[in-house]
Amino acid sequence: MSDFTKAKSVRFRGGGFAPKSHKGIGLVAFIVLITLAEIGTRYGYISALTLPRPSDVLATFQQLYETGLLWKHLLPSLSRLIVGAALGVTVGIGVGVLIGLFSYIRAGLVPLVAAIFPIPKIALLPLFIIWFGIDEGSKYALIAFGTFTPTVVATYGAVDNVDRTLIRMGQSFGLSWFSIVRKIVLPGAMPGILSGLRISLAIAIILLVAAEMLGAEYGIGAYILEAGSLYDLERLFAGVVILSVLGVIVSAVIGLIERVLLRWRT
Amino acid sequence: MDIRLQSVSHSYGETEVMRDITLDIPSGKIVCIVGPSGCGKSTLLRFIGGLEKPDQGDILQMGEPPRNCLNPLTYIFQDFALLPWRTVWGNISLVLEDHDIRGTRAKTIIQDVLTRTKLSDFAHALPKQLSGGMKQRVAIARALAVNPAVMLMDEPLSALDSQTRELLMDDLIALWTRTPFTAVYVTHNLAEAVRLGHSIVVLSRRPGQIREIVTIDKPLADRSYADADLEAQQKHLWDLMRDEARAADAELINV
Repeated sequence: MSDFTKAKSVRFRGGGFAPKSHKGIGLVAFIVLITLAEIGTRYGYISALTLPRPSDVLATFQQLYETGLLWKHLLPSLSRLIVGAALGVTVGIGVGVLIGLFSYIRAGLVPLVAAIFPIPKIALLPLFIIWFGIDEGSKYALIAFGTFTPTVVATYGAVDNVDRTLIRMGQSFGLSWFSIVRKIVLPGAMPGILSGLRISLAIAIILLVAAEMLGAEYGIGAYILEAGSLYDLERLFAGVVILSVLGVIVSAVIGLIERVLLRWRT
Repeated sequence: MDIRLQSVSHSYGETEVMRDITLDIPSGKIVCIVGPSGCGKSTLLRFIGGLEKPDQGDILQMGEPPRNCLNPLTYIFQDFALLPWRTVWGNISLVLEDHDIRGTRAKTIIQDVLTRTKLSDFAHALPKQLSGGMKQRVAIARALAVNPAVMLMDEPLSALDSQTRELLMDDLIALWTRTPFTAVYVTHNLAEAVRLGHSIVVLSRRPGQIREIVTIDKPLADRSYADADLEAQQKHLWDLMRDEARAADAELINV
């Protein structure tokens, strides 16, 4: 039986399907893409009407910074984003926790949330302008409303997923209802709430631009709209880059919060 | 404080899971409950601790719990039920916070229970850093912190490997020998039952009824691994249960 001449090593067939973190590769992808665009536009493979030259976009951006227009556009946008998203996320988490905890509230509100989730919130902007005025109010409301629904859905899902045995444990030690919610349900739901927040805040950025396109003097949305109507591709791209950077920053901030709050996770 | 179960019966819908169980749990003794799977042992334990209500019958507390007892009926769960976001220390302080025990008073209690469970060096570790046996020690420490009148142990060693189980059994015996506590210990493992039980209640398969109560007089401290007396007792228990266990195994689950 044990004939070594016929022995061969067992073929390895495990491996893969395990995400690993490779730092820097994301950056390399960006650099390669931008370099290709730069070479393409510089040597005429890509016409200036198809794609602006990355170095020109950078120059436009620098100009924007030096004239002080950058802050003039960015600051109102940021304040709209922060106020609107804070409102929507706070109310959303509150309502989501209530839905998760009380079956009557769940029965009443889940169909309602399902009904307002698919409405493109931007379609309601005229309504918001009538309700909250043409100024900042309607923009806050639009962003708040848009972040509210995904936050609610993520939050009550997360509360549903809290380990029931931990809640039984709390009850068996005679913890008060309020203690169980604060010390067991909320921390247990935190991973789900935070991953919902990533989606909600990306939606908030989209809605911010949409709201500013429809009626604002200053703001990144207004800046992009103006550049677009003039076919000024360099400025258009400069605006888009700002939005992308904003998205990356928001995602990084949530990553940081996750690392601090969810250190206990394996 | 003694516990008395008076003709407890229970059904889940059409399925009768428990019929007319009357049982006394005397203070200072460990009562083991064994039985084939699905005989309602864990349900019975949830009744005793007030986490579930039986359809019929009463669970009675005879006498008052000791004065310094924070939570008379305290569970130890099979899956430990530790909060993963709190350290060992935090998990124990959790059950004291609601009784307004903080600061130095809490510190004294926590340090005491950590010493008794040999966990003093791990006070600031998170549950994910601990082995299964360590996690269950933390759960035992947490239960000791509230100074329970009766410990309700739901298969506390079933999630552990057999070596760890032996070590923890020794620990439990040492804890009991130092300060005898009252416990209801549910298990499917007959070796655990004969090592830890002053009396062993054998339940029949569904609907669970008491078939026999076996008392073992040998003191806990004198019982050891692979003890001939205990082996004989264990064989007796197995003879009682074998056919029922086989029938329970072959049963379709439609609860």
